[in-house]
Amino acid sequence: MPHLDLQDVTVRFAPKRKPEVLALDRVSLAVEDNMFSVIVGPSGCGKSTLLRLVAGLQEPTSGRMLLDGAPIVGPSAERGMVFQSYTLFPWLTVRDNVMFGPKLKGQSAAEAGRIADELIAQVGLRGFEKSYPKELSGGMRQRVALARALANDPRILLMDEPFGALDSQTRQLMQELLLSIWQKHRKTVLFITHDIDEAIFLGDVVHVMTARPGRIKKSIPIDILRPRGIDTLTSEAFMSLKRQVLGLMHEEAVIADRG
Amino acid sequence: MAIRSVLAPKVEIPRSLYLGLGAASVAVILALWCLLTYGGITPPDFLAAPHLVVEAGIHRLSTGSLIDDTEASLTVILAGFFFASILSVPLGILMGSFKVVEALIEPITGFMRYIPVSALIPLLILWIGIGVEEKIMVIFLGTFFQQLILISDVSARVSKDLIDCSYTLGASRRQVIWRVLLPACMPGVMDNLRVTMGWAWTYLVVAELVAANSGLGYMILNAMRGLFTDVILLGVFTIGILGLITDMIFKFARRWLLPWSAEF
Ligand SMILES: Nc1ncnc2c1ncn2[C@@H]1O[C@H](COP(=O)(O)OP(=O)(O)OP(=O)(O)O)[C@@H](O)[C@H]1O
Ligand SMILES: [Mg+2]
Repeated sequence: MPHLDLQDVTVRFAPKRKPEVLALDRVSLAVEDNMFSVIVGPSGCGKSTLLRLVAGLQEPTSGRMLLDGAPIVGPSAERGMVFQSYTLFPWLTVRDNVMFGPKLKGQSAAEAGRIADELIAQVGLRGFEKSYPKELSGGMRQRVALARALANDPRILLMDEPFGALDSQTRQLMQELLLSIWQKHRKTVLFITHDIDEAIFLGDVVHVMTARPGRIKKSIPIDILRPRGIDTLTSEAFMSLKRQVLGLMHEEAVIADRG
Repeated sequence: MAIRSVLAPKVEIPRSLYLGLGAASVAVILALWCLLTYGGITPPDFLAAPHLVVEAGIHRLSTGSLIDDTEASLTVILAGFFFASILSVPLGILMGSFKVVEALIEPITGFMRYIPVSALIPLLILWIGIGVEEKIMVIFLGTFFQQLILISDVSARVSKDLIDCSYTLGASRRQVIWRVLLPACMPGVMDNLRVTMGWAWTYLVVAELVAANSGLGYMILNAMRGLFTDVILLGVFTIGILGLITDMIFKFARRWLLPWSAEF
């Protein structure tokens, strides 16, 4: 049984005084346990909508969504999410930000602190425990956001273009850091990006979406050995996968452009 | 063309130049004042000379009447502002984030914000008399509706992602309100309290227009009848200085209470 299972999920937005938008059209998607799944697709195809559905922040117009066989209703700490925008609580220090989830769960301050310290070390921010978010760079903020999501030990980690606002060097470092942490935790990850390099570099599988209304156009297994590093980016296997994804994306971009 | 010039938009200038320009503008006004009065261009009942204002100040300090008037005005301002804030902050935060509350209050605030407070004074006198309560009510009405609108805007601007993110961290609706929405609003609330405190001072003379027998506004209005321009100016300066002090208090309180937030 797949870990996360979406069956014929449709989302239709009916904004006031504007035409209806069919954002997702009967999307079916299965995500296996402990896999790193990536979704790529043209802008506006419904990637964020899909992730918000899984997070429980939004309800589908129709269709079924199951996590380990149980229907998804509403948001929960078992489905952690990292956003593209900076969402640290500005009034909390780095350590208190990471402790936010465990404390809500009723874990003792000592236990929450222990979890936080370990994760802060893993994301390479030891020494910044007492800093406020305003004192951190964009990359550091996203590392804290990752640590904060992991502190809840979620069953699935959802990431919506978490590195989208970062410069390309920082982005590459963040991808490597994310992989090294993932290697340790082996969480089920659903990661969204529109950067093809990022998708192939990170994923076990890349799902390419069609232009709006979004559907899964093709799922491509990424059989590049781990651990992956900077050399992966120039390897033959990487290049050939990139050509394939690029081709699929290009078709969709053309369709999207024609309206 | 040099874009680093001090005349280019948004270019930082040296602190010395900044302070120098500020001092210069004050000096020009003072010089103009001296020229008009000591130069005999304007008569004293049109504009009192600087030393007369200082003398009036010393005299009224020694008799204690300036202190009494200041105290009376401060009571009115602080009480009106306090009651307005204590209601507008929670209500504004709810209004900005809950459509239900917005729908309930919006028509009233939308209407009230355009009514000059002075237009309500006759009704206030009929309803609550001419005591200090009426004056407090003028300040209250002058600030409350403005605060409500500004603070509801602060609340509406709290990032949706921040709220959504809290849910995915396991927060309940209640916890999101108390632990996320409320602290997220605090910097904006402080900024707007500071701004509306300034507005409250501008309502002072209106509040003391009718049936007052003490207060800085009363002092100014009273002096007008005798063309005592020295006392009028003394009142104006006192209000200006007190306004400046309350503004500084808010500025430092914000820095002290909310060290985590970026300055505005
Ligand atoms: N709350 C909403 N109301 C109305 N329309 C919406 C809403 N949210 C999203 N949409 C529309 O649904 C479509 C999909 O949006 P979504 O944000 O999921 O796309 P995306 O793939 O994440 O895009 P991007 O790559 O730009 O982030 C878009 O056309 C968008 O305008
Ligand atoms: Mg998106």
